[in-house]
Amino acid sequence: MRRKIILSLVACLALSACGQKTDKKGEAAPAAAGAQISGAGASFPAPLYAKWAEAQKAETGVALNYQAIGSGGGIKQIKAKTVAFGASDKPLKGEELDADGLAQFPTVIGGVVPIVNLPDIQPGQLKLTGPLLADIFLGKVKKWNEPAIAALNAGVKLPNLPITVVHRSDGSGTSFLFTSYLTAVAPQWASVGASDAVKWPTGQGGKGNDGVSGYVKQTPGAIGYVEYAYAKQNGLPHASLQNAAGKFVDPTADSFSAAAAGADWSKAPGFGTLLINQPGEGAWPITGATFILMHKAQADAATGKAVLAFFDRAYSTGDAAASELAYVPLPADLKAKVRASWATIVGPDGKPVFVPAAQ
Amino acid sequence: MTVTADTAPAAAAPAPPRSAFGAAFDRGFEILCFSAATFLLTALGGIVVSLVIGGWPAFQTFGLNFFVSAEWDPVQEIYGAAGAVTGTLVSATLALVLALPLSLGIAIFLVELCPPILRRPIGTAVELLAGIPSIVYGMWGLFVFAPWFAKHVQMPIMMSARPGTLWETITTGVPNGAGILSASIILAIMILPFIAATMRELLLTIPAQVRESAYGLGSTTFEVVRKVSLPYIRTGAIGAVMLGLGRALGETMAVTFIIGNAHGFPTSIFASGSTIASTIANEFAEATEELHAASLIALGLVLFVITFAVLALARLLIGRQQHT
Repeated sequence: MRRKIILSLVACLALSACGQKTDKKGEAAPAAAGAQISGAGASFPAPLYAKWAEAQKAETGVALNYQAIGSGGGIKQIKAKTVAFGASDKPLKGEELDADGLAQFPTVIGGVVPIVNLPDIQPGQLKLTGPLLADIFLGKVKKWNEPAIAALNAGVKLPNLPITVVHRSDGSGTSFLFTSYLTAVAPQWASVGASDAVKWPTGQGGKGNDGVSGYVKQTPGAIGYVEYAYAKQNGLPHASLQNAAGKFVDPTADSFSAAAAGADWSKAPGFGTLLINQPGEGAWPITGATFILMHKAQADAATGKAVLAFFDRAYSTGDAAASELAYVPLPADLKAKVRASWATIVGPDGKPVFVPAAQ
Repeated sequence: MTVTADTAPAAAAPAPPRSAFGAAFDRGFEILCFSAATFLLTALGGIVVSLVIGGWPAFQTFGLNFFVSAEWDPVQEIYGAAGAVTGTLVSATLALVLALPLSLGIAIFLVELCPPILRRPIGTAVELLAGIPSIVYGMWGLFVFAPWFAKHVQMPIMMSARPGTLWETITTGVPNGAGILSASIILAIMILPFIAATMRELLLTIPAQVRESAYGLGSTTFEVVRKVSLPYIRTGAIGAVMLGLGRALGETMAVTFIIGNAHGFPTSIFASGSTIASTIANEFAEATEELHAASLIALGLVLFVITFAVLALARLLIGRQQHT
C-alpha cells in the first residue's frame, strides 16, 4: 500500500515537474485532398497567413499548413528542411542566408507602438522622442512629471506618478524591433542592445501582447509596447513618437506605408532592411516587415512553385485582407522587386521554379 | 485503495497440470510487465542524458558561475541560473506554506466534521479545482486576481510600511499585483486540491475503531485529530506535501503570467521575479543562439535535479519515520 502511494507519487512528481510544456499556438489548416504546402515560424503574421490560405483554398484548392511556433522556431525548421518555408519577424543577415543557401523576402509590414496608461491623457496626446523613450526604459526617467517629459509636452497635465516599464517577457520579434529602434536612436541604449530578448534594466515582463497590455491597463503610470495590429484592434492608448524628420506622428496605416515608401530595400540582401527611423515627414519610426525564408535550391520544384504561387497570389489579391487585419501591405514597387528576386529560387534542373506572370 | 495480493492462490488442493500454452503465455506476460516498467526507466534516463548533452555548452562556458550568478543577458550571452532557482524555490515554498494549513483543514473537515449532505459538494468542488487548466489560472490571475490583490492587499501594505524599515524593503514593488507573492498564492490554489484530496484519502484509511476508541476515552474532536488521526497518517502526509511541492516547482503557464518576469534576485515579496519553468517557457521558442538554448536546457536539468532532491528528501523522511 505504502509503496504504491510512494510509487504513484514518484510518477506524479516526475510528470508534474517535467511534463509542463509551453502551449504552442498551432494554426493548422485542415489537410486537403489537393496540394498542401507547409510553413512554420513567426506568430505575428499567422492570422493573415491563415486568412490568405482560407481565401486561396477556395480558389485554387492549395492548402497551407502554417505552424505559428515563433520566428526562432521558423528559422530552425527551415534550416532543418522540415518545412517548405520558414517565417521570421527578424530578417537574417546576408552571411546567414548564404551559409544555408536561403532566399528571403518580405510579405507584409507591421510596427511597434508604445502604449501608456495615464489618467486624463488622450491617446496620442503624449509626445515622446526616441532618446527619451530609451531613458524611460533604462529607468533613468522615473516620474511622468519630470522636466525631460514636460519639456516636450507643454500644455499637457502630466501626473506625479512613478513610471512603470512593461516589456515582453517572451522572446519576440516585437522586442527585437523595439530594441533595434532604441539602439538606433539612443546611444545610451547600447549597454542593453537589440535582440528578441534582452536584459531589461527595469520593469516587469508580460507574456505576449496580451500580457503586456494587461499589465499596462492595470497599472496607472505604466508604459509598454505592443504590435500595431494588437494595439489597434484593442483600442489601446498610444504615445506619439518623433520621427527622423522631426515630426511627431501617430501610428496609422498611412504612417507605416510612409516608412516603407522611403526605405532603401536594396541596402541589405534578402530585403533585410529594418524600417527604423526612416526619412519622410509622415513615417512611423518603429516599422518592420515580416519575412519568408526558402531554400534557393528546391529539391522538389513543385513544392517551391506552390509556395511562390501562394505568395504571388497573396501579393495580387491579399491586400484588402491585410488591411482588414491591421497589417500594412507592401508598396507595389517592392512587390515587383520581390517577384524579380524569385528567379534565384531554382529546382533540381537549375531553372526557376516559379515565373510570375507579367504584372 | 485496493489491496493487492502478491501471493499465488493457496496451494492446498493439488494443482491441475499446467498446459504448455499457459506456461508460455505466462512467460510472455512477465516480459510484457517487465518491459512496461523498464520503458519508463529508459525514458527517464533518456531525458537526463539529453538534458546533460543539451545543456553541456552552458556548463562548459560558465562553469560554477552558472549556478551562482543571477545575470541573464541574451545580448551579451551571459547566463546564470541563480535568479530563476531562487524564484522557483521561494514561490514554491511560499505556496506550500499557504496551501498546507488550508488543505489540512479541508481534509479534516470533510472526514471528521462535515455533515454528510455537504461532503459530496465540497469534495467535488475541491476536485474541480484540480481540473482547471494552468493557463486559465494564469489568465484569471492576471486579469482578475492581480488588480484585486493590488488594490486590497498590496497597496494597503505598501502604504502602511514606515520608510526606512526592513518591512518597507521587503514590501516594495510595482503596485499592480504581479510579483512573487501573487504567483505563490495562485500556486497555492493550484496545489491545494492535490494535497487536500490525498489527505482526505489518508484520513479515510484510519480504521474506525482507532478513532472511536479515542472518542470513547473522552477525547474532543481536536484531540482526536491532533493525537490520533494526524500521527496515524504522518508518513503519507509527507508524501502528499511533496506531491504538491513537486507540482509547484514545475508549474509554468500560470506563474509566467503573474510573476512579473524579471531576471535576477527578487528583493521583496511584491517584486517581479522569474522561475526556471517560466524562463524556459518565455524564451525557448525564440532561442536561436546555441548558448541561449543550451542555457535554457541546463536550467531544465537544474529543475530536474531540484525535483529529484525534493523526492529523495521525502523518501528519507518517510524512511526515518517508519523506523521510529
